[in-house]
Amino acid sequence: MKYSIMVNEGPYTHQASDTALQFCKAALDADCEIFRVFFYHDGVNNGTRYTVPPQDDRNIQKEWSKLAEAHDIDLVICIAAAQRRGIMDADEAKRQGLDGDNIAPGFRISGLGQLIEGGIIADRQLVFGD
Amino acid sequence: MATKNFMFVNRKAPYGTVYALESLEVVLIGAAFEQNVSLAFIGDGVYQIAKNQKTDGIGMKNFSPTYKALGDYEVTKLYVEKESLEARGLTLDDLMDLTWEDEDEDYAEKPSIILVSSAELAAVMDEQEVVLSF
Amino acid sequence: MSTLHTVNKSPFERDSLAACIRLASKGHAILLIEDGVFGAMAGTDHSDMVKAAIENASIYVLGPDLAARGMSEDRVIDGIQVVDYSGFVDLTKQHSTCQSWL
Repeated sequence: MKYSIMVNEGPYTHQASDTALQFCKAALDADCEIFRVFFYHDGVNNGTRYTVPPQDDRNIQKEWSKLAEAHDIDLVICIAAAQRRGIMDADEAKRQGLDGDNIAPGFRISGLGQLIEGGIIADRQLVFGD
Repeated sequence: MATKNFMFVNRKAPYGTVYALESLEVVLIGAAFEQNVSLAFIGDGVYQIAKNQKTDGIGMKNFSPTYKALGDYEVTKLYVEKESLEARGLTLDDLMDLTWEDEDEDYAEKPSIILVSSAELAAVMDEQEVVLSF
Repeated sequence: MSTLHTVNKSPFERDSLAACIRLASKGHAILLIEDGVFGAMAGTDHSDMVKAAIENASIYVLGPDLAARGMSEDRVIDGIQVVDYSGFVDLTKQHSTCQSWL
């Protein structure tokens, strides 16, 4: 079973990202494939490497980056939503004349087409949001 | 690429949150993928296509004209739940006049809004393969 | 074709559960997750609505979200099945479409 996942909310404020992580882990444990995780709306905020959550609590960004690395999962941040909210990779920051980038390891910025493509290619599309 | 039945479900009012605007952006991009697309307006989502939106006073961009472009992008099925309209004291007259041109009938202009009862909408939803909620 | 619906908000906060129940078809499944788990509890103002819905669609509740909120599985409405995340995955396999009610 191949899954396409959409995460609509940022880390900590809503449970969406946590639930998506837990679902992905359970799916991977069941030998399923996570084709893509697409971050939209405030979900793009899962992809900044500058979060410093308390030590005794989960680090949501790092969990996503680790999961992506361990299982070769495509983590895509929507460019339109990212521009609105200030999530930048090096190329985009340079293009926009900004003095730095903040994208976390394992995430890449791309267009909304990636979300639609995920829905077409995967067997199941799930949405986690508010 | 396969052709799937894609439905975009809108249940939130515009301007109070960003979901209405950003979901519309997905629909427009999605139109390029030649899938079988429909939209559903349920609950407060019906307010997204209310007439006469004037946003100068709140300093936000009025994006409601974008709904008029949907017909040109071949997104021609906008389901509006009757019960949601009625609960809000609204009728079809309170909604924007959204149309598409049927090239099979000499570009005749047809309404894109399809008013449906809950039962009819449930039947349409039952046909969907990919459902995106915002 | 059938759908697995997920509802993640409390019926006391939002009409998501009511809307889902209104628009789900026979043979569909509804999984209550996150704050949506409160919809699974017996003896609330929404229990009758949920009990009636069980005749149309199978209803499940995510155990870890119940436990997190201090809600006992003993007090879940009769006929609602408690599942964990692997059960969530199984439900997505059993139904051809997934629909979230946010």
